[in-house]
Amino acid sequence: MKANIILRSSAILIAAGLVAASCGDDDGDSSEDTTAATAVEEASADTAATEDTAAEEPDAATADCAVGETDGNLAIYNWAEYIDQEELDAFAAEYDISVTMDTYDSNEAMQPIISAGNSGFDLIGPSDYMVTILTAAGSVQALNQAAIPNMANLLPEFTDLAYDPGNQYSAPYQWGTTGMALNTSVVGADYEPTWGLIFDPELAGEFSGQITLLNDPRETMGAALKYLGYSLNTTSEEELAEATDLVSAARDNLAAFDTDQADELLVSGETVIAHGYSGDMFVQFLDADDPSEYVYFVPKEGGARWVDTIAIPFDAPHPCSAHTFINWLLSGEHGAALSNWNYYSTPNAAALDLLDEDLVLFLTDPSLVVGGVESLEQFVDTGDFEINYSDAFIEAKG
Amino acid sequence: MRGTVKLSRATRAGMSVNAVAVYLFLYAPIILLVVFSFSNHRNVGQWGGFTFDWYREFGDNESLRRALWVSIKVAVWSTLISVVLGTLSALALERFTFRGQKVFDGLLYLPIIIPDVTMAVMMLLFFSEALDVVNGVFGLAWTKGIETITISHIAFNISFVSIVVRARLQGMDDTLEQAAMDLYATRWRTFRYVTLPQIAPGIAGGALLAVTLSLDDVVVTQFSAGPGATTLPVYVFGLIRRGVTPLINATSVIMLAISIVLILLSLLLQRTSGSGFIGRGRGEPEDQNSPSISQKETP
Repeated sequence: MKANIILRSSAILIAAGLVAASCGDDDGDSSEDTTAATAVEEASADTAATEDTAAEEPDAATADCAVGETDGNLAIYNWAEYIDQEELDAFAAEYDISVTMDTYDSNEAMQPIISAGNSGFDLIGPSDYMVTILTAAGSVQALNQAAIPNMANLLPEFTDLAYDPGNQYSAPYQWGTTGMALNTSVVGADYEPTWGLIFDPELAGEFSGQITLLNDPRETMGAALKYLGYSLNTTSEEELAEATDLVSAARDNLAAFDTDQADELLVSGETVIAHGYSGDMFVQFLDADDPSEYVYFVPKEGGARWVDTIAIPFDAPHPCSAHTFINWLLSGEHGAALSNWNYYSTPNAAALDLLDEDLVLFLTDPSLVVGGVESLEQFVDTGDFEINYSDAFIEAKG
Repeated sequence: MRGTVKLSRATRAGMSVNAVAVYLFLYAPIILLVVFSFSNHRNVGQWGGFTFDWYREFGDNESLRRALWVSIKVAVWSTLISVVLGTLSALALERFTFRGQKVFDGLLYLPIIIPDVTMAVMMLLFFSEALDVVNGVFGLAWTKGIETITISHIAFNISFVSIVVRARLQGMDDTLEQAAMDLYATRWRTFRYVTLPQIAPGIAGGALLAVTLSLDDVVVTQFSAGPGATTLPVYVFGLIRRGVTPLINATSVIMLAISIVLILLSLLLQRTSGSGFIGRGRGEPEDQNSPSISQKETP
């Protein structure tokens, strides 16, 4: 019996060893990721240096594909409910190949699966910051621009973003913002479009207990930083401390820190001001009894913009089918079909005229971003400073 | 003495309150889930009148139905294989002695002890490397898929099945097996007509556990899946990102119904197993008697 116990505990020790080993691996990878990511960012201005990085990774060579060429059945790995099955069927019929789509629930769940290799997928749908991480790790291949002539359809503001300058590794195909939604029947039509509605004790006091902030360290600290006039990617401890005090003080007027239900609480009348994502808000507004009562905007101080892209894993079995699908998706017709189905905005200039009428207002109205496009920022990976954001948010929540 | 203990009125009242509380705790969320799956409102938690729409939508939603089908296939195959392997390893550990037995015994607990995420990362690396080797040596183009999910589920299910079956074996008197062998039954016949009928409820329990674990698993599945192999729980997790609608309730109710059918089936099996349903086998009359009579005659 004693021997048994010893053996069992040694088994546990082995298990612990395995855990430690795999964690160690992870750490190693991620620190490499971040250093390489910063390296890529620093080099982004200098195209020659970027080409050097590409040359070092043989996997990053572009696939030799013609426009519209297919080389086998397509396997897509994407967010759930992002591309309409009917669209996939239409593509399959047009090119006479089969298309399967599998889904993940976060960038972080997808990344290790693709980076490990042999995933079997031809296309993935990483968000902006994840493209940087995947590129640095050599997990996605450079796109053969010649095979994707529809890249020309992209609005100019989406052709040279910091996460992937020149869209060398990814094609943006959906975007949205994080901003503020109001119930105008309570707040009134002559509100001032400012984050102060949440953070200024005087403005917010009027709606005390009817305000929600997102339950997300980067998003919520980011909103406070924007209100203070700082970058939402700041790595200054003083600026972050100021934002922490601001969120902490705003707590008195909050109903909750809520991400999943923020939109539903607003439309059900439990709250009147909500910090939230554009697409989620629009879906709820269209479902409300009177959609005209609600507005969504990015306050004048600015806010966060996310861009979802489509990219090809380094070891995709059918890169030519993948290029053809990207080109197909970036056409005006299919870009619009996508937005009409998932209510996210499109970066595709050719698609703008084809959007459903009741969506046009939501998806293209320039007044949605009060401070103009320049006031929007993408979140970037701050590396080791990321933990400061988590800590600050925990402190602010009390 | 049993049954004659007098409980004070207060104790009895307290116990029934406790019983009600326990059942409420266990079943109130499930009842709510079922009720709101019939709600005619996009938001879960808001009642908008009775409707079957969400079930209709489940039927119309090809992705969901495909995911359910993948889940069922994986659950059935991984259960069948892990039940055979788990039972064999339980027998080996309990009825034989061999070199390295204790190490094997200890290692068998590993998949139960280690966290899901660790197991998932191990599977991810294993399949990635293994496919490199296999594809390289044989010139194939295999990718991950239903098969790799099934293998990873077998990997953790073996341990659970083996533990349940072993518990049954440990509680079993081996004099019956010795008696059978005294009467010149071969090892196979002893196993087939004496051991197997007695451990059948343990096997059924282990199988049920395996099916449940396989249907439930998200983390390991996600990391060992490939194209065309999204299971229902993985898909549902993805759906939640766009807001929880009663469609997810309806899906959960359907999974719940499948689980309940499985449990009822296993209860039924366990009831009939007392009269030797496995021993009856090919319908030979003496088989029918041997296990059941011997069971009844053991005091």
